[in-house]
Amino acid sequence: MTNVNYFKDQFEQLQDSGPATAIAELRTDGFNTFNKSGLPTYKLEEWKYTNISSLFDKEYQFANTAPAIQLSDIDAIRLAGHEQANELVFVNGRFIPALSTIRSTASQLVILALEEAAKGKYEQLVKAHLGQSSEYLKDGIHALNTSFIQDGLFLLVPKGQQLTEPVYIYHISDARQQNTLSQPRSLIFVEENAKLQLTETYTTLGTSESFTNEVLEVVVKENAFVEYYKIQHDGLNASQVGSTHIHQIGRSHVHTVVVSLNGGVIRNNLNLVLDAAGNETHLYGLYLLKGKSHVDNHTLVDNKQPNCFSNQLYKGIAGDASTGVFSGRIIVQPDAQKTNAYQSNKNIILSDQATINTKPQLEIFADDVKCSHGCTVGQLDEEALFYLRARGIPKEAAEVLLLEAYAADILVQIKPEPLRNHVAELIYEHLSIS
Amino acid sequence: MLSIKNIHANIEGKEILKGINLEIKAGEVHAIMGPNGSGKSTLASVLAGREEYEVTEGEVTFLEKDLLELSTEDRAREGLFLAFQYPVEIPGVSTTNFIKAAVNEKRKYQGEELLDAVAFLKMMKQKMALVEIDQSLLSRSINEGFSGGEKKRNEVFQMAMLEPKLAILDETDSGLDIDALRIVANGINKLRNENRAILLITHYQRLLDYIQPDFVHVLYNGKIVKSGTKELALELEDKGYDFITDEADLAASL
Repeated sequence: MTNVNYFKDQFEQLQDSGPATAIAELRTDGFNTFNKSGLPTYKLEEWKYTNISSLFDKEYQFANTAPAIQLSDIDAIRLAGHEQANELVFVNGRFIPALSTIRSTASQLVILALEEAAKGKYEQLVKAHLGQSSEYLKDGIHALNTSFIQDGLFLLVPKGQQLTEPVYIYHISDARQQNTLSQPRSLIFVEENAKLQLTETYTTLGTSESFTNEVLEVVVKENAFVEYYKIQHDGLNASQVGSTHIHQIGRSHVHTVVVSLNGGVIRNNLNLVLDAAGNETHLYGLYLLKGKSHVDNHTLVDNKQPNCFSNQLYKGIAGDASTGVFSGRIIVQPDAQKTNAYQSNKNIILSDQATINTKPQLEIFADDVKCSHGCTVGQLDEEALFYLRARGIPKEAAEVLLLEAYAADILVQIKPEPLRNHVAELIYEHLSIS
Repeated sequence: MLSIKNIHANIEGKEILKGINLEIKAGEVHAIMGPNGSGKSTLASVLAGREEYEVTEGEVTFLEKDLLELSTEDRAREGLFLAFQYPVEIPGVSTTNFIKAAVNEKRKYQGEELLDAVAFLKMMKQKMALVEIDQSLLSRSINEGFSGGEKKRNEVFQMAMLEPKLAILDETDSGLDIDALRIVANGINKLRNENRAILLITHYQRLLDYIQPDFVHVLYNGKIVKSGTKELALELEDKGYDFITDEADLAASL
């Protein structure tokens, strides 16, 4: 059975299994879009450099039965600082409360199954915000996630809660028996004067293929502060389209860092919709690519209101036969006067077979704005390398020193120290093993 | 210690060194002088192993080993040190960590025990005093934002830490004012001993007022055209390079 027929079959089963809720309606919309668009091919401008449709030449399955994941499996993948963290576990794209550990109190942090939240006191919130990302991501792969919203996560930090325990989300794909398609879906609210540190990481078990097609939607209200970290260091058999859509509806502050080390084909969509005057947003990214890894970062900053500030710095290193893609789109809407929007993408290529594609796009419809963008593609500084070697440091170690130094100004943007040190170690190991 | 025999070297197909011969023994200080473009820095680069230069002829023996067969890092770990004419700024790499890595790489190579943090700091303090360098410079990234004088002082500090058998100082006096020159020269003098050889490469005689060489060689057009004692440097200062280069040009034309 081809994937598309399988998806159709599965979709019908899912819709027949439950009542006609708002979420079910959303799924129908999603599946209609998927049917119309199919999986994106390189013919679409936004997918010009990243071919995911060929990944679906292989047959994937949703793992419907509860997989055999124990708490001890999770011990192996916990991030540093987990002792103080709220740890949420997704297995094969489904939020599993039984495997999760919530350390904050119920008044500090609300965590529910998305379907539950859609029925109770948060019904209107869910209705108003779930699926907002579809306005920006109109392709078939995004619609495929929406088609199968099921066992999603609803997370809310109530008004005034400056959450001190971070939230860690562990995504586990079980590819021990079969090629697995995981489609996590989350909706997150950070209310007025609240603070949230959110980190996501991904692990594939087994050696079959895993494909994670994630959508995470975040709504940020007045005076809220959000730090978002995404750490991608999975196997070469693990591919991913990860879409993070952050909607700043009140004047607020958002800080994001996306670090991509190992993986197969990775596409990250990071959308920031600055929908209140005076929003501030910082986007940082680091990709250190080896082997045949392919990492594509698409950012979008949509300035809808005046006086917003955004700054983007993405840095990449491409070795071996890897490919790095950066596409940064900044939109300044007619009302968004006095926008300050900056973007920079810097790359180092280490091998003749490696490729970097970098594409800034500025669409400015207001006249009183400051916007800049820049991109560079270069090589490791040969003079610096010679200097280190002339002091007795072997070539490989000297390269690691220089690459670590190159990555350092993104690393420091990971503010929590345990997490920063953890990522620093991952980077060191990743660079040291050739 | 170092024996250079008939070295010829090219860069991008252009011959720069055209048959250099030089013998340096432990404890000796040699100065190589010469006009711009004579090949002084090329000689330093070839000895340190810069890959852009291609040695087409000749041989170099360093402590009984074929120097040209060794990688840049192995040359350093054997005890060869090059003080750069233009020390490189490396943002993001801390000077202290870098020097510690270099010291321990050398110790590992020589089969010595690695220095722990305490022993390393003790050594650093002692050498800092020797070459008059401030701690605040060493806690910064390598040479980042350093003045010309600070960069040169950092080179001499690294030399002190790595305790080389042969130190090649490439135009270490260039770009220094008189006070900085004195401090740098003092540092080098303190590192002079009977087991260590020093090769000073300089355009001007003034460095040699502070560091008295045992031998002076004049390099011109890729060859050593005259060798002598420190008096030769004074004569050059007095008469300029012309008196030697004219002679050499004449000899070449015959």
